[in-house]
Amino acid sequence: MTNSHTDKFTIAGSKYSSRLLVGTGKYKNSEETKSAIDKSGAEIVTVAIRRTNLGQEKNEPNLLDIIPPDKYTILPNTAGCYDAASAVRTCQLARELLNGHDLVKLEVLADEKTLFPNITQTLDAAKELIDDNFKVMVYTTDDPIIAKRLEEIGCVAVMPLAAPIGSGLGIQNPYNIRTIVENASVPIIVDAGVGTASDASIAMELGCDGVLMNTAIAEAKNPVLMASAMKKAIQAGREAYLAGRMPKRAYASASSPIDGRFF
Amino acid sequence: MNVLLNGSSYSIENNCSVVALIKNLELNGKYAVEINQTIIPKSEYSNQKINSGDKIEIVQAIGGG
Repeated sequence: MTNSHTDKFTIAGSKYSSRLLVGTGKYKNSEETKSAIDKSGAEIVTVAIRRTNLGQEKNEPNLLDIIPPDKYTILPNTAGCYDAASAVRTCQLARELLNGHDLVKLEVLADEKTLFPNITQTLDAAKELIDDNFKVMVYTTDDPIIAKRLEEIGCVAVMPLAAPIGSGLGIQNPYNIRTIVENASVPIIVDAGVGTASDASIAMELGCDGVLMNTAIAEAKNPVLMASAMKKAIQAGREAYLAGRMPKRAYASASSPIDGRFF
Repeated sequence: MNVLLNGSSYSIENNCSVVALIKNLELNGKYAVEINQTIIPKSEYSNQKINSGDKIEIVQAIGGG
């Protein structure tokens, strides 16, 4: 069995044991958010940056009280940004909000129907953020050439989609994901499109360093139980990858010996 | 005087500082402040005066993926 104490991965110089990264959107309430995230074992947790609701209940719990930054690595995202400028602005506000914390999830979207990334704007934003000393984990398509380019300009992790955000369709292009992993020297994290535990295992079996998901857990009928399933699926997939799977054959290969038969 | 606070018109005293605005709003938790698309560091809240017509954004972390 893989020892989780030794099988760590590194993002921007920090080591992590959990290869499951989770979002905090779409939960029914803060109790469910907290329970699911606890159960997932995730160490890196994404948040969105939005206007403070100025008329809010004063007793309403703040998200960062539920997922305290001293316990989790908070990963602010740029969800909802459709151009480089608004993504950069969002990251700068997040850094101020989080007292200088400079790890961000960059996503610059192109289209509301697919939520596919706008790659040219993503590249522009990534360069600007890296010049401004951010550590950028970047959401991208499953294009191996673009994934490598994002690594070359200095992104600390490259995060190709498995399928459209929130679709739950699973990994649509495993060969591209495998090629991205083979080419990479930074962590590759499948971000978006995972629907259930087997999808997460497949991502890990392909050699990805981790999987980032939100809807697959939050929109499950029982999110806390799905968080537990995802934790195990990620671990199982990782161990299967490290173990090295048997080759596929077109025909049967008997498991019991031919020799020694008495019939 | 009036400012545009998180997209809505908001009335505050003349020569109000960011600290006074935050106190008025009774904000809790972590937030960041931007005036006319310039981020105001926390250390500047007491010095930073707000002018009539300023576009102020106060943001926080919320659930997202």
